[in-house]
Amino acid sequence: MQDFRKDFPLLVKEPTAYLDNAATAQRPQCVIDAEMDFYINHNANPLRGFYPLSVEATEIYEAAREKVRKFLNADSEKEIIFTRNTSESLNLVAYSYGLANIKAGDEIVISITEHHSNMLPWRMVAEKVGAVVKYLDCEQDGSFTKEALDAAFSEKTRLVAMAQVSNVLGRVNPVEEVIKRAHAVGAVAVIDGAQSVPHMKVDVKSLDADFFAFSGHKLFGPMGIGVLYGKEEILNKMQPFLCGGEMIDSVHRDSVKYAELPHKFEAGTVNAAGAAGLAAAIDYVERIGYDVMAERELALTKRAMEGIKKIPHIHILGSENPEDHTGIITFTIDDVHPHDVSAVLEADKIDVRAGHHCAQPLLEHLGVRSSTRASLMFYNTEEEVDALIASLASVRRRLGYAD
Amino acid sequence: MQINNFYNEILTEHNVRPEYKREMEDADLVLEGVNPSCGDDIWLKLKLDGDIIADGAFTGDGCAISQASADIMLGLIIGKKKDEALELGKKFLKMIQGTATEEEIDELEEAGALKDISHMPARVKCAVLGWRTLDEMFK
Ligand SMILES: Cc1ncc(COP(=O)(O)O)c(C=O)c1O
Repeated sequence: MQDFRKDFPLLVKEPTAYLDNAATAQRPQCVIDAEMDFYINHNANPLRGFYPLSVEATEIYEAAREKVRKFLNADSEKEIIFTRNTSESLNLVAYSYGLANIKAGDEIVISITEHHSNMLPWRMVAEKVGAVVKYLDCEQDGSFTKEALDAAFSEKTRLVAMAQVSNVLGRVNPVEEVIKRAHAVGAVAVIDGAQSVPHMKVDVKSLDADFFAFSGHKLFGPMGIGVLYGKEEILNKMQPFLCGGEMIDSVHRDSVKYAELPHKFEAGTVNAAGAAGLAAAIDYVERIGYDVMAERELALTKRAMEGIKKIPHIHILGSENPEDHTGIITFTIDDVHPHDVSAVLEADKIDVRAGHHCAQPLLEHLGVRSSTRASLMFYNTEEEVDALIASLASVRRRLGYAD
Repeated sequence: MQINNFYNEILTEHNVRPEYKREMEDADLVLEGVNPSCGDDIWLKLKLDGDIIADGAFTGDGCAISQASADIMLGLIIGKKKDEALELGKKFLKMIQGTATEEEIDELEEAGALKDISHMPARVKCAVLGWRTLDEMFK
């Protein structure tokens, strides 16, 4: 097997097993280099100056946008808006589209599996305009029944929000079906791709998503750069989210003409170095290939789930099937609080996430107060997975239980 | 730091087999204490006899540290005067902040088992939840 770990400077020197990849991935050297290269060789305010250095900075920034467009298979670079992260992308849609287009009595469908970032903006909209939130409930294994879908949608549905992959269950949600149902009643579909883009090829056109959001930092890119894809015809009709510099064509004492897409939605100085880093991350992913990454991740997930299932008192949330986990394994241990699980693993030099994973309504729906999550990436190793299993097998004993 | 010192026997024993984790219908004082960031949640209940804490109990849910610490605290304060209990709380806080003297830690008896928390900033809130709730109760 190719040693991917040497691509990641932190992984080479870090003594702990990093199994919190769903929170943020590690960055390969090429991403760090690309971000640094911008500041060392091309730094000027993009889109503002006419001198060569600023033009260069603009070119790098716009080349990154074109890279993202191709990566998502969007029709036009006008449909690619750079933001700080998924949360900002979703808020942009909520404020600019939601508040203007959703009216009192309309319905917003939110999948119960959602991260707070794809739930609270819609609840904010509903509260402000007097719309109704309808939760689309999943089964215990994270799947959705036809009855649940039928119950959630109606002629009044104006917007539906769903993640392509749940950050707790790791399951791929039926977004195609949900998008079709949304369009059938004239609603728009907002897809949160934060956990899918790091693991699978996404084609926004074949999905027919109206909006699609993801974060650079979960895709091996820098923190502070994110993406919102939106269909051009919809974006065109929307008002800007933030106002200020670089998002206008002209401003007079009493009037303003906003810039064309996508700059209309990018007020102020942009994160060009971050965009350059994101472009390098996309190159990196394409060089390795999603098929290679997915095969490694599935093998590791299988190994982890098989090992964990042999340990008494541990319960994995979601599907029994490793294929339905996208590398995310969330679990509970009888009588042991996740913070204690995490403290024991921490002592064994294993990094995991403990708590409600910003998806409290999902955990409540599943009847769980809080849980521990290990999330795997293709650069993790069998040894790390085995260390996780061994450590988990010792947790109850180390907390004073007999078995 | 070695974890096995940290989840030591005193702590695990009070978590797995708490002495005071039970209902108390006729408590004189009842107060909930919560750590929103981690979901630790306790209900502290005390019975008073004048100035003296005659009996106590707690219910709740949370990590081993929060639950064991509350149990140890009750063992320490029952039978003591209110002011003595609050004084112990101050010493406990000093211990957690790593500024208590050996004598002060000795006075805390079993609660001294939690002194290594001072090396784990993320868990300080869990350890002091019971004591903080006690302090608020008497305010
Ligand atoms: C499914 C999902 N949506 C949204 C987010 C929020 O991402 P960010 O914090 O980068 O805005 C996350 C990550 O925490 C996530 O897993």
